[in-house]
Order: sequence, then structure tokens, then C-alpha cells
Amino acid sequence: MGNILSLYFRKKKRDRQIAWKKAKMNKNCYLFILPYAVLFTLFYIVPITMSLVLSFTYYNVLEPPRVIGLTNYVNLILADEVFLTAVKNTFVLAGITGPIGYLASFLFAWLINELPRYLRAIAIVCFYAPSIAGSAFTIWQLIFSNDAYGWVNSILQWFGMEPKLWLSNPQYMLTVVIIVTLWMSLGTGFLAFVAGLQGVDRAQYEAGYVDGIKNRWQELWYITLPSMKPMLLFGAINTIASSFNVADVPEFLCGFPSTDYAVHTVVSHLKDYGINRFEMGYASAVATVLFLAMLLCNKLVQAILRRVGK
Amino acid sequence: MKRIKMKRRQPNRSRGGDIGVYLVLVLFASFMVIPLIFSVCQAFKPLDEIYKFPPTILVRNPTLDNFSDLFAIMGQSYVPFTRYIFNTVFITAVGTIGQLMVASMGAYVLAKYDFPGGRKFFTIITTALMFNGYVTSIPNYLIMAKIGWIDTYLAPIIPAFAAPMGLFLMKQFMEGIPDSLIEAAKIDGAKEWGIFTKIVMPNVKPAWLTLIIFSVQNLWNNQQSQYIYSENLKTLPYALQQITAGGVARAGAAAAVGLVLMIVPIGVFIFSESNILETMASSGIKE
Repeated sequence: MGNILSLYFRKKKRDRQIAWKKAKMNKNCYLFILPYAVLFTLFYIVPITMSLVLSFTYYNVLEPPRVIGLTNYVNLILADEVFLTAVKNTFVLAGITGPIGYLASFLFAWLINELPRYLRAIAIVCFYAPSIAGSAFTIWQLIFSNDAYGWVNSILQWFGMEPKLWLSNPQYMLTVVIIVTLWMSLGTGFLAFVAGLQGVDRAQYEAGYVDGIKNRWQELWYITLPSMKPMLLFGAINTIASSFNVADVPEFLCGFPSTDYAVHTVVSHLKDYGINRFEMGYASAVATVLFLAMLLCNKLVQAILRRVGK
Repeated sequence: MKRIKMKRRQPNRSRGGDIGVYLVLVLFASFMVIPLIFSVCQAFKPLDEIYKFPPTILVRNPTLDNFSDLFAIMGQSYVPFTRYIFNTVFITAVGTIGQLMVASMGAYVLAKYDFPGGRKFFTIITTALMFNGYVTSIPNYLIMAKIGWIDTYLAPIIPAFAAPMGLFLMKQFMEGIPDSLIEAAKIDGAKEWGIFTKIVMPNVKPAWLTLIIFSVQNLWNNQQSQYIYSENLKTLPYALQQITAGGVARAGAAAAVGLVLMIVPIGVFIFSESNILETMASSGIKE
């Protein structure tokens, strides 16, 4: 037994020595990454670690935090009905807008890439336009407004139909939010795909044609997608981050809190506790749960992406 | 790479398929753009048309009154309005250039070298991308206070350098550069810095142009109101938001604000995208 242990420690020690030698050989690498690493640690790793720790405390911002163990998490799951509603809404929203938005981003980037140069430029501007100004989605409030000034209602009345309370009737609210979120979904990932498609080597297509690739779908699966893998991963992680963190659109359109919490999301819940009620410990617990859900989703998506082009 | 002469029709493309693609694109492009046309129209409507019943979607009697109202209100502000504009331009420009440099340098070694700790660090970066920003705002404030950056330009600018998304984007694109290209440069006696600036960066031009778009958009719209309380350090979106808070009396000016704020991000976007599309002809590095 002692023999095995000493062997284990010797191996560990040797691994460390190899790593140290490798590190010394790659001195330049550390110099290159140093500025980023320092800033990232200071402004991202430290605050995130602090909030993870805060999630185990009662912290009302004014008094120093008091450790209360898992109480926040227990309350979250057992005693907070609104949280469960928020989880349900977030999963529905993310489950619909995430995959559709991601696939649409790639599909449109790919289709646009086929267009002649000037048409392509116009098309990219058109498709990205909703994301370019952070506040562009505010126009949808006017479109779906509850009163007679709302354009959809005005059109309904023109046809002799009853106007509907699009933004305060729980029956319609989630649908409206999904439409608007999808409208804005060609964002970060879409632009990364557009840029990535520029870098795919043209000669590969010619070679593929010679090798017997018959139509554009085969070309997509065997040539374009495999060479786009790094961008696909980038787009996927960004989509996960944005679709789980949705809060601005529902809050702006349907108010905060929304009728019957029909479009209350996890992030809305977190803001409610963190900003309105000064319960930072509880809000941090909400954030941690959301974070874990996103990590799980990330694992799943990466497993799927590994199968692309095979 | 030899330039391949394009045939008039690409192989593997049917005429029927092309027509289908155009139809789909036009249909969805209109869904994307039409609401935006509405909001642009809104900025040119006279006040009586904004509150007309039944509502009109397109503008009947376009007017520039909203803009002249807006400029008149701007003229009355406590600090000269140009100050807000300067602040925003300064923060956006410095933040973007800094992020581009810091993130690209980090991304280069993460993408092209296998050094102890590198892979782990990258996993942490992509993980950090998913943590919600609201709960970190208080720890962030405490850190800013500790290093004395509250109420200075540094507070909105420096953290932007390390935004995880920038490094992630650059790294993903740099992975596509063949190792043989870097080794060849090394054999020719190029220093690490020379390889980075002369070989790696020109080859990922689409990536950093895209990064510029994201960064400008982000910083331009960011108010960073939690770190800054001196009026003469505040930004344009903040000042314009104060104007739109004026309710019905300022409904026209508020509609104009949205349009004014969009001009710079849209300009940067069009400039960058047209350059990205241009690089296509010259790109194509091969193993």
C-alpha cells in the first residue's frame, strides 16, 4: 500500500516537474496572456467567486453578510412559488428561442453567404438590424400596445374584431415575448457565422465537387460545418448565455412584475431580490442555480456539436 | 493560394433552389426590417401624428421638428452637451482598442500553444460568460471602490478590456490558422511578437472587425451609471435618457433620441462588415 502511495506521489512530483519545465519553455505565452489574466481575474473571477460565497449568506448590503448555510437554496426550492414559475417560464423561453435562434442564425448566415456581394451586404444589415441598437425592441410595445393606439389592435378593430390585451393577458404574453425575442435572435452568433464563412477555403468546395458531393446540403454537412466548428461553439455558448438571461424584453413589454407572473423569468426574480429587496444573498443563490442550469445545457450542446460533420 | 476562377454558376447549385433561397430571405428580411422602419418613421412624425387615432404606421407629413426640439433641449443641459458626446466617444474608442489588443494577445497563445494552465484558463473564461452580471455588480463596485476607480473614466473602460466574449471570439478564429504557417515564420527568424502582429492578426481580420462591432455596440449603449456620479463624466445614453423621461411633452424628442443614438453603431457596423466581405477575395490560407 505504502509502495503504491509513494509511487503515486513520485509520479505527481514528476508531472509537476514536467509541467514546470514546459511552463518555463513557454515563458512568452504567459507574457502574452498576462494583461488579460490580471484584468479578468480582478473584474470577473473575483466578483463571481464573491457572489458564489454570498449565496450561502444573508446579506442585505447594509449589514455585513451572515453565513446561513444552505438556507437560501432550501427556501428557493421549497418556499418560493414565484421562483418555480420563473424557472418554468425561463425554460420555455430558452427552450424555444435558444435552438430556433441558433439554427436560424446559422441558416441565414449560410444562405446570405451565397448571395452576390452587394446583395450580401444589404442582407446582413437587414438581418442584424434588430440587434444593432440595444433599444430597437421598444417599438414592439407600440405594435402590441393594449390600448387603441396599439397597431395590432387597431388592425383587428379595422376588421371588426375585438382588440386583445396582448401585454397583460397571460394567455398571450409569453407568445408575444417569444416573437420579439426571436426577432432579436440574429445577434452575436449570426455575425460570428458571417465572419467565419468568409474564412472557409473555397478550394475545398471544388475538391468536394470532384469527390462527388451532389447538392448544397451535402456540401453544408461535409465541408462547411466541419470547418465552422469553432464558430459553432462560440455561437452556441453565446446563445445559451443570452437565452437563459432573458429579462429586459419581457420586463419592458409586459411590465415588472407581469400579470400573474406570466413572463417572470429567473433573471427578473434575481433582480427583484437583489435590487428591489436588498437580499443579495438570496439573489446570488438564484444566480448560482441559473448558472448551474446553463453549465448543464452547455455540456449537452457540446456533446451534440461533437457529432457535426461525422 | 491560387485564385480560382469562378464559373458563372457554382457547382452543386440548382436554379430552383436559388429561387427558393431568395424567397425565404426576402420574407424573413421583411419581418426583421419592417418594425424598424416603423420606429424610424416615428422620429419624423409631428406630435399630432404620434397621438393620432386610429394610429398611422407610416409618417404622413414628415418633419424635422423632433430633431430641432431635441437639439434645443440639449442646449439647455447643465454641462455642455458636447461633453456627454466626448465622454461616450472616448470610452467607446479606448475600451474597444484596449479590448482588441488585450484579448487578441491572450487568444493567440491560448489558440496556438499548449502550455500548462492554458486550457483550464480558457474553460474558466467560457464559463464566466454564463454568469449573470446583476449579482456581480455589488462585488464589482466594492473592487472599484477599493482601487479608487469610482467616478473615473477607468471604471467603465478597463473591465471592458477583459470581457470574456472578445477573447473567446478571437481564440475561435485563430484556431483556424495552420500551425505550419507559424512554424515557417519561426524558422525564418520571426520573433513571437512579429508573428502575432504580422501573421496572425492579418489572417483573422474578419474576427477582429466583428469584435469591434460588438465592443462599440456594447460600450456605446452602456450607461455605467453605478460607477459614475459626476455630471461631467456621464455619457450620451444617460443624458438622452433624461430627455426621454419628460413624458408626453417630449414624446417627439424621445422618438428622435433613439435614431440619434443608433447612428454611430450603425456606421461602425456598416464600415466593418463591408471590410469583412472584402477580405474574402484575399483570404484562404492552407495547410
